[in-house]
Amino acid sequence: MPRNAKGHRGHASSSNTSGPSCCAPRGDGRDGLTAALALLQRELRLSLRHGADTLAAVLFFVLAGALFPLAIGPAPETLGRIAPGIVWVCALLAALLPLDRLFGADYEDGSLDQIMLAGLPAGGVAGVKALAHWLGTGLPLLLAAGPLAVMLQLDPAAVPVLLAGLLPGTLALSLLGTLGAAVVLGARRGGVLLPLLVLPLAMPVLIFGAAAAEAAQSGLTPRPHLLLLLAVLAGALPLCPLAAGAALRGAVE
Amino acid sequence: MSPPPQPSQHRHGTAGLSAQGISAFRGERLVLRAVSFTVPPGGALLLLGANGSGKSTLLRVLAGLKRPDAGAVLWHGEAPDSWPVAYLGHQDAVKPGLTALENLAFAARTGRGAAREALAALDLLPLADLPARLLSAGQKRRLALARLVLSPVPIWLLDEPTLGLDAAAVARLGGTLAAHRAAGGIVVTATHLPLPLPDAAELHL
Repeated sequence: MPRNAKGHRGHASSSNTSGPSCCAPRGDGRDGLTAALALLQRELRLSLRHGADTLAAVLFFVLAGALFPLAIGPAPETLGRIAPGIVWVCALLAALLPLDRLFGADYEDGSLDQIMLAGLPAGGVAGVKALAHWLGTGLPLLLAAGPLAVMLQLDPAAVPVLLAGLLPGTLALSLLGTLGAAVVLGARRGGVLLPLLVLPLAMPVLIFGAAAAEAAQSGLTPRPHLLLLLAVLAGALPLCPLAAGAALRGAVE
Repeated sequence: MSPPPQPSQHRHGTAGLSAQGISAFRGERLVLRAVSFTVPPGGALLLLGANGSGKSTLLRVLAGLKRPDAGAVLWHGEAPDSWPVAYLGHQDAVKPGLTALENLAFAARTGRGAAREALAALDLLPLADLPARLLSAGQKRRLALARLVLSPVPIWLLDEPTLGLDAAAVARLGGTLAAHRAAGGIVVTATHLPLPLPDAAELHL
């Protein structure tokens, strides 16, 4: 029982504040939250410090989207009709780019061991990592999606619906991507395996997201598609961190 | 420093860290076969043995990173929900893009110590604002050791802590370990080199 252990530890170091290295209890809920915030802060600091990596996903997104007018011609009616699909496929592929390093870098330099021992449950570690991935990749993609959609001649009335779909969509992609990244951790050629694992899982997100924007474009209500998208997110929100956490525990073993 | 608690205070089992019949596979090979020991509060244990004898595996089991295939690790006679351990592996877990101080930020937030004091304890204060990629191998090792000083936990698990350290740094490490033990902490370390750990028990694997 932790209460007993804490009591003894408190006994062992009654002068808790004065000693250079003392043995304070840890592991309760508040400490878990502190650890989660500390991990998020660390992740954001790292992604700001490696700004080029963060920017690369967004630049890939915009450049890949810009290839389509060059390949299929700039005719507004053709381009505008397929614009939601282009934006969604490009966002999906761009979100995959940083996944390889999401856990990979920490796994190789031993940081993952330290993170797993920081007093957070493994599922919590995965959840924070997914949030960090969204803040570092999903959110910038969301910001770049509007201009890209306008560039691809999407009906201006459908742009807000496209973005409303991308908000839960990128969150779900971050969660699914975190799951994939955790599962392939430690595997040889994990970088090749990762898209093969994540892309099939991401298909519902792509289908409902693109369908919502297309419905808005043709004057129908996007509501059912957006609700289905939220349902995918509601399912991924508890399941992905749990599964990714189990994969992480296996990877550090 | 207060004296370590008496074993008689504990109703179940023994005080401190104890391993009971730990066996563990590494791949297909059984590297740990029924290993048992007890380290009392304030005690230290040296893990000795040839390469591949399971020292690192045992440390990972004690850290709770690896589940033992048989046996149990107990803290004060019980298996706690979250292990009060700090672990220093072979790798330093130092991010090259962050400064020495920033590298400690995560440990400082989850622990309670002050990062600058921990750097001072390992003589790294002049390098605090230098990107870690400019540090030498020994300095990175010291930075990883500074993370231990920050952790407010009683059990320190060290995997070859003196790797790449010069004589002065090893002496400083000795002082740090002595202070930790004086506060009732436990040190378990795998090593091939002599360590400044007076009256440490030895376990040959």
